[in-house]
Amino acid sequence: MRILWELFITFFKIGAFTFGGGYAMIPLIQTEVCYNKNWVKEEDIVDLLALAQTVPGAIAVNASTFIGYRIFGFRGALAATLGVVLPSFLIILSLAGLLIKYGDNQLLEKMFTGIRAVVVSLIMAAVIKLYRPCIIDHWTLIIAVAALFALIIFNIHPIIAIIGGGAAGYVIYMKYIVNYECGGKG
Amino acid sequence: MIPLIQKEIEVNNWLTAQQFIDIIAVAETTPGPIAVNSATFVGFKVAGFYGSLVSTIGVVFPTFIIVLLLSKAVNKFNSHPVMRGLLYGIRPVVVSLILLAAIFVGKTVLISATGFMGLDWISILIAGAAFIGVYKFKLHPILLIVLAAISGVILY
Repeated sequence: MRILWELFITFFKIGAFTFGGGYAMIPLIQTEVCYNKNWVKEEDIVDLLALAQTVPGAIAVNASTFIGYRIFGFRGALAATLGVVLPSFLIILSLAGLLIKYGDNQLLEKMFTGIRAVVVSLIMAAVIKLYRPCIIDHWTLIIAVAALFALIIFNIHPIIAIIGGGAAGYVIYMKYIVNYECGGKG
Repeated sequence: MIPLIQKEIEVNNWLTAQQFIDIIAVAETTPGPIAVNSATFVGFKVAGFYGSLVSTIGVVFPTFIIVLLLSKAVNKFNSHPVMRGLLYGIRPVVVSLILLAAIFVGKTVLISATGFMGLDWISILIAGAAFIGVYKFKLHPILLIVLAAISGVILY
């Protein structure tokens, strides 16, 4: 089962280098799953990310399980989840004692400051790459801007934004796009 | 998730307050989600290797099941027009969410109380270089992360 092994290794890599929260995983997933291995298309990753936000639990783990399932069903989900969780597990087991004693040192601080700076750019680049597949017309642009507005100004919860966007998208899609595709009353 | 973990630890008397603070700090510097890292560590403290195994599986398991069920449900309706309509609207929202995440991390990283004009120019430099690296030269994120760690040590 070659692909299961590859799935495991890929998510192991992703899990080992996801610093700074679940979103930092997105550029890694894009590069490995979409561009390198071509397992899932970018647009589909976005759908899975949306789903991952609605489920309780760490988004990093959720997203991995969703993507693993999409690629290879139950066993894929298992391989991806195991892969993404294992690096942390091993590191904590082996290093936790040391980290607690010596973790508060300058070297690590500097390393992490550098890493966090790069994570910002990586996430920005991910956004730019996702723009074209996701914002395909003026409606989607309006939805994106409205979501941004609601999230920043009104501080709504991401799930609310996702549900709202889905509902708006559904209405717009049914009203304007399906009709057009069917050439008349949908 | 951290308040939940704290509550459980208090109730069961697994860690002292200081140990808890330590592990949160560690969990933030090791890769992977804080939730999983904390669970692994608490498990280890309480019951050694098997403890860490059990608590890690425990923290991941419910999510795993929910995701499986949701995936099956979603797959069944994938080409249904209702689904496509929902996704049509959800995708732009997710783009905004990710953009916000970038802005949020950016704010904490690039702004500095002690920097010139209130900005952390070294971070901006590293971030700028990384952006060019990933966008123009299509470098692998992992490579950039390693380079970033090294740059951080050299430049700071």
